[in-house]
Amino acid sequence: MRLTCPLCGDRDRREFHYYGAEVYADRPDAGAALDAWDDYLHLRDNPAGETRDLWYHEIGCSAWIVVTRDTVSHRILQTALLTARQRQVGKFVYQEGDLREVPAKPGAATGGERP
Amino acid sequence: MRIAGKGLVDGSATIGFRFDGRDYTGFAGDTLASALLASGVRLFGRSFKYHRPRGVMTTGAEEPNALVTVGRGARAVPNVRATVQEIHGGLEARGQNAWPSLGLDLMAVNDLFAPFFGAGFYYKTFMWPRAFWERLYEPLIRRAAGLGALSGRSNDEAYEKAWAFCDLLVIGAGPAGLMAALGAARAGAEVILADEDSRMGGRLLLESHEVAGRAGADWAGAVLAELGAMANVRLMTRTTVTGAYDGGTYGALERVGLHVANPSEDLPRECFWRIVARRAVLAGGAHERQIAFANNDRPGIMTAGAVRGYLNRWGVAAGRSVTVFANNDDGHRTARDLVAAGVRIAALVDVREDVAMAGDFPVHAGARVIDTVGRQSLREVVIADREGRVSRIASDCLAVSGGWNPALHLACHMNGRPVWREDIAAFVPKPGMVPGMRVAGAANGAFSTQACLAEGLAAAAAVLDDLGFKAAPVDLPEAEDGAVRIRAYWEVPGATHRAWLDFANDVTTKDVRLAAQENFASVEHMKRYTTLGMAPDQGKNSSVTALAILAETTGRGIAETGTTTFRPPYVPVSIAALGAGGQGRGFAPKRLTTSDRAARERGAPMIEAGLWYRPSYFPRPGEATWREACDREVAMVRDRVGVCDVSTLGKIDIQGPDAGRFLDLVYSNTFSTLKPGRVRYGLMLREDGMVMDDGTTACLGPGHYLMTTTTAAAGQVMRHLDFVQQAHCHDWDLRMISVTEAWAQFAVAGPLARDLLNSVLAEPIDGAAFPFLACGEVRLMGVAARLFRISFSGELGFEVAVPARYGAALWRDLVARAESLGGGAYGMEALNVLRIEKGFVTHAEIHGRVTAFDIGLQAMVSGKKDCIGKAASTRPGLSGPEREQLVGLRPVAADRAIAAGAHLFDEAAEAVSANDRGYVTSACWSPTLGSHLALGFLRDGRARIGTRVRLVDHLRKAEVLCEVTDPVFFDPEGGRARG
Repeated sequence: MRLTCPLCGDRDRREFHYYGAEVYADRPDAGAALDAWDDYLHLRDNPAGETRDLWYHEIGCSAWIVVTRDTVSHRILQTALLTARQRQVGKFVYQEGDLREVPAKPGAATGGERP
Repeated sequence: MRIAGKGLVDGSATIGFRFDGRDYTGFAGDTLASALLASGVRLFGRSFKYHRPRGVMTTGAEEPNALVTVGRGARAVPNVRATVQEIHGGLEARGQNAWPSLGLDLMAVNDLFAPFFGAGFYYKTFMWPRAFWERLYEPLIRRAAGLGALSGRSNDEAYEKAWAFCDLLVIGAGPAGLMAALGAARAGAEVILADEDSRMGGRLLLESHEVAGRAGADWAGAVLAELGAMANVRLMTRTTVTGAYDGGTYGALERVGLHVANPSEDLPRECFWRIVARRAVLAGGAHERQIAFANNDRPGIMTAGAVRGYLNRWGVAAGRSVTVFANNDDGHRTARDLVAAGVRIAALVDVREDVAMAGDFPVHAGARVIDTVGRQSLREVVIADREGRVSRIASDCLAVSGGWNPALHLACHMNGRPVWREDIAAFVPKPGMVPGMRVAGAANGAFSTQACLAEGLAAAAAVLDDLGFKAAPVDLPEAEDGAVRIRAYWEVPGATHRAWLDFANDVTTKDVRLAAQENFASVEHMKRYTTLGMAPDQGKNSSVTALAILAETTGRGIAETGTTTFRPPYVPVSIAALGAGGQGRGFAPKRLTTSDRAARERGAPMIEAGLWYRPSYFPRPGEATWREACDREVAMVRDRVGVCDVSTLGKIDIQGPDAGRFLDLVYSNTFSTLKPGRVRYGLMLREDGMVMDDGTTACLGPGHYLMTTTTAAAGQVMRHLDFVQQAHCHDWDLRMISVTEAWAQFAVAGPLARDLLNSVLAEPIDGAAFPFLACGEVRLMGVAARLFRISFSGELGFEVAVPARYGAALWRDLVARAESLGGGAYGMEALNVLRIEKGFVTHAEIHGRVTAFDIGLQAMVSGKKDCIGKAASTRPGLSGPEREQLVGLRPVAADRAIAAGAHLFDEAAEAVSANDRGYVTSACWSPTLGSHLALGFLRDGRARIGTRVRLVDHLRKAEVLCEVTDPVFFDPEGGRARG
């Protein structure tokens, strides 16, 4: 398995530490109801298909990365720095240009350069 | 028998080797199989279950029969395919699964009981009594059945692993692979061409075909010479690609030293490669399949392609009088090649009525082989003609061609299912089953040489287009382009004896029918019930034929029946290669402190703390046990002065105007109010409210902090801080980095600690200028250092940090000074006793399931600010009398030992889990207090201080009555550390 770190490029998954679903970055506001905290801490979707999760480039640049991938095909669809998230009326979106599209074909994200 | 003038081996280079205790010779380029066949050896091994004599069947990695053990002692490797093992001087091989010898195998008696040993025999027979399963039945069965045996000893030979990267990985160097590699290489792409053979060329080496008007092997040689001269090409011979994985990653096994006579000790036997390829072309060829007929397993019965392959590549005639049995035109090539080399063809038997083959030998069209004769080697072939008339043909070799199965395994490794092509009677891959991989040539069902060349070149062109390379001109050479003419024919009907499918696991056509009859009718169930396809060849020779027979038996079509799941590895891979470098010292990295050498010189036993090695204690003459040393070291710290290396604690340097604010978020208590030159103890929670870690953080200057973590949680805390910062406050102005390895840090603790330090510091300190929890820059012996007045022992204590390069020298100096003051170095055992006496927690207590409330530090969760874990820590159930709370435990009889892990019960309650009230986390003998002591968690424990609990250690069978106390046993006011 390969992941494209937005800072370092195409790397083997052994360089990364897997955390879990992206929603862990959506921390409730201080004072939110206990239900909101319960949801945030414990309740996760388990989609067959597209999912977003958090990876830490531990043996690399220390960046936390949001990876969009398909749990059925194993395709990596997008990777983005966690810091690129912007809060917008209740949900997180990414700024234009912060997402790196990972082409369907492996390796193409390196743009022809030698890894 | 060698045929003069035939083959590609070097007849001038003779190589001696041993097989089954006898000496043989072969030529450079021979495999064990070809050299033994040339020497007239037919019997290579005994079969798995029935101990039937078995000879070589194929020329390649798919070989099911000729499995031998190579090497001796701990270095013996079982189940080596004789068709893959190259001969070399010093090669020593043995046949397997036979006792006392291959020729006379007493276990062959199993064959007589064959009627009882069908599929499912063990499941049905060895059912009761249950107690016999592991003690009697399994050892018996394991002794009787099986292939080669492991030595049971540790193999000390070198193995290696490696990574490679390329634009295009070409798998297989036959006509299709060579064209794909050539096309891509000429365009400038980085190409890896991997082939499992010792010599590249694939079937071109085994056939008599011409390519571009020259012998196929010569054409291949010319292409390889061109490729070998190109800087952008890496040719990997003896390298089998074993698996296709996500993201264009491929596993590959290279035989590096297995063919080398007297290899140096550090030459790896094998290397496991992980190859990351932007694109791949699978050109792995095809495997010829058998036809099932009675007694089709005798030595001398081979695939037709193998019989002519041995002739064309190694100049070996597999028999003196060869019968060919085929259902397709390709099998006829064997008759043609052998006749041309002067080998007698006894007969050509073809199941089809319309055979367009004439030669100087009898052709039996519409006939079939119904039986064979010859116990240890084939003597006669029994055939029935189209009218059913039976005749016998004297023959010592039977070349069988049941058609070819594309070697599409790698294309199916991501769970893609191949499709059935009726016209060629074979499964072929669908495009796109592995992203980035194309399949070309025979692996794709293109069986003529011309089609292979064309598909290889087309695959290269498509890859170049994908990757944006400009294609360079490559001419498509001319070669034979025969159409595939085959009649699907799996089994000769009406067999009177067993007809084998899986030769390696002794599975017959009858077993497959039995599976269907007992309703194991799905192909996956049939596989598991019969064990067909579960031997080292993983069904390469048998699975398609078996599922065709299953399809027939169940009345379903072949396409509907489908294949079993293809999983890596494609060939057997030794665990030693997969785990190369991971044994012994390579198992985990070692982290050594700067005082490591000095500690070992003093005879300190080292214990592991994560990846670190830390001294357990420092023995002195006259001390018989660790306890004596530990007790002395504790007393030393309490009475004089001790020195301990604490460099393994995590150190994170945090800087920036928002650093204080950030610490407020990650610590439960407040740090933004911490003044430069001061240190504070901090408690860190996980977001779910449980304690993550604790430690001290020093403010070294405005906006500059140095956080320490526990040794165990250093990595986790760094990850957590990075997450909190990047997820929740990435716009705050701060930066942080781990500096654990940059500083050597030593604790100096005890009443004389300040005296010791003042003997090395440029500017002496006193209690007023450097009070408890102060920190600052100091100079000692000309070096800029950091000094922290903190204490994990409860004594007057300091930690002094110097750049790591000065650590070794400073350690020796501090220890020598301590010894001159009546103290010395102390290790982990004493450190642990000192902190238990003081009730300080470690990860034995903060083990992930305790809250700040549980350890009595709820006041450290500041009410004035938010912090990670604060909201969750207020959840119901995370505080209150129902919680197990940290307490001290002291045996009523001071000399009664307590062990960590024991459980706590009310005095009168029965010691069963329903009555469990808590458990012990840490325990020690306290020389200071003259008693055993423990820390533990007890339900509503703080309210029970002063009462008694019963401590029961079910594991060590101990029971101790204890008094519940405050966790701080010694100096509860803390006056010693502040003094």
